Amino acid sequence: MIALIDYGAGNLRSVENALARLGADCAITAEPAEVVAATAIVFPGVGAAGPAMAALRDRGLDRAVTGAIRRGVPFLGICLGMQLLFESSAEDGASGLGVLPGTVERLQTDAKLPHVGWNTVERVRPHPVLDGMEGEAFYFVHSYVVVPADADVPAAETAHGARFVSAIARDRLVGVQFHPERSGRAGLRLLANFVRFTAGERGSALRTPPSRPLSVEGAGT
Amino acid sequence: MLLKRIIPCLDVAGGRVVKGTHFVQLRDQGDPLVLARRYSDDGADELAFLDIEATPDGRGTLIELVERTAREVFIPLTVGGGVRGIDEIRSLLRAGADKVSIQTAAVERPELITEGARAFGSQCIVVAIDAKRSASGSWRVCTQGGRRPTELDPIAWARESERRGAGEILLTSIDADGTRAGYDLELTRRVVDAVGIPVIASGGAGHPRDLAAVLLQGGADAALAASIFHSGAFPVPETKRYLSEQGIPVRR
Repeated sequence: MIALIDYGAGNLRSVENALARLGADCAITAEPAEVVAATAIVFPGVGAAGPAMAALRDRGLDRAVTGAIRRGVPFLGICLGMQLLFESSAEDGASGLGVLPGTVERLQTDAKLPHVGWNTVERVRPHPVLDGMEGEAFYFVHSYVVVPADADVPAAETAHGARFVSAIARDRLVGVQFHPERSGRAGLRLLANFVRFTAGERGSALRTPPSRPLSVEGAGT
Repeated sequence: MLLKRIIPCLDVAGGRVVKGTHFVQLRDQGDPLVLARRYSDDGADELAFLDIEATPDGRGTLIELVERTAREVFIPLTVGGGVRGIDEIRSLLRAGADKVSIQTAAVERPELITEGARAFGSQCIVVAIDAKRSASGSWRVCTQGGRRPTELDPIAWARESERRGAGEILLTSIDADGTRAGYDLELTRRVVDAVGIPVIASGGAGHPRDLAAVLLQGGADAALAASIFHSGAFPVPETKRYLSEQGIPVRR
């Protein structure tokens, strides 16, 4: 089962809807024990780093999440859920989970912030979850970006006045700055990649076939 | 590079689309979900639902519609029309809206913008501004679906909305709306130059070249349109192809 972690940061519903549409066996949870038992984790999030970290600690989810990552459980961090993996954030001066060395900084750009809308993902490093993403557009809503300290962590870049890291990957840990659950076909394809990746790793996370045919391979757009 | 967004807008009342649509191939033309799915499949970048009745009964139906849509459509959804308070914003976001637009209530009580931004984040709060040109050539903000003129200047009001925490401005020219003669480029440009947040232009689209003009000359970040898509005259893919040929970066 894929655990969709609820720590009060943003609307989980859209991620749950997208995973349900893909036929994935997933459940929203705020229980550390369920996170520990999960075969894969999706860690979403919208909002500020400080309150999010406080909520994770209050619920004892911080240790459950870092423990799962250290055990190599397939993991997808989305937006704030990726940013919280690093050591600290310039937003609220908050400390992060520290799973990856590096920081979160406000994007230094002359372009408008927050960076809201569709933007393309480039220089995608090969990873099963990011397969087929080169040149695709995804929906972004953020002002802060991750600055990984390790050169092998960045997995894709995006330009908004300045270039920033829009995806990261290390082994079974993947993070994306954009919102795949709001990025149409390209986003569903990425989530489907993740579901398939978790199935390949840990036995099937697919529960039932999708209720209607998916048009993720569609033409044109 | 950040792409320009194309946003089909659905006017709904009692959970049904109320403006005429001519998609003969659709089973149920009146179901907003059918159209939403269609536009999403066609490559629309975002969808807007505007509740034009905004009656208390219709509000429950709208929330149900948003829930149904969010289960099937995976692009951002902006919902508005008669939204008056924080509780309404919360229930629309919980139902699956990504952004809520507020208009009359924001003019009457600008603190609502700040409260909404604090509670849910600026990215959720869109301030909708309806502007009408006065005899002197300047513009005035109208409320109540364009019926009631106020003393507010839309450029100053857009700036104030941003200062209070709005994440985006949805700017409609009442004069251009429904004419299919093109957006109000001057109004759009003035508002775009006044704020640092994205501006969605609305009102007057009759041809893809109108969208091109408001995105290029008007400087808008997104173009919202209804009838050119509903009528089937210029489907989203054709519109985007045209914009792309004009050198405008759009998602293909």
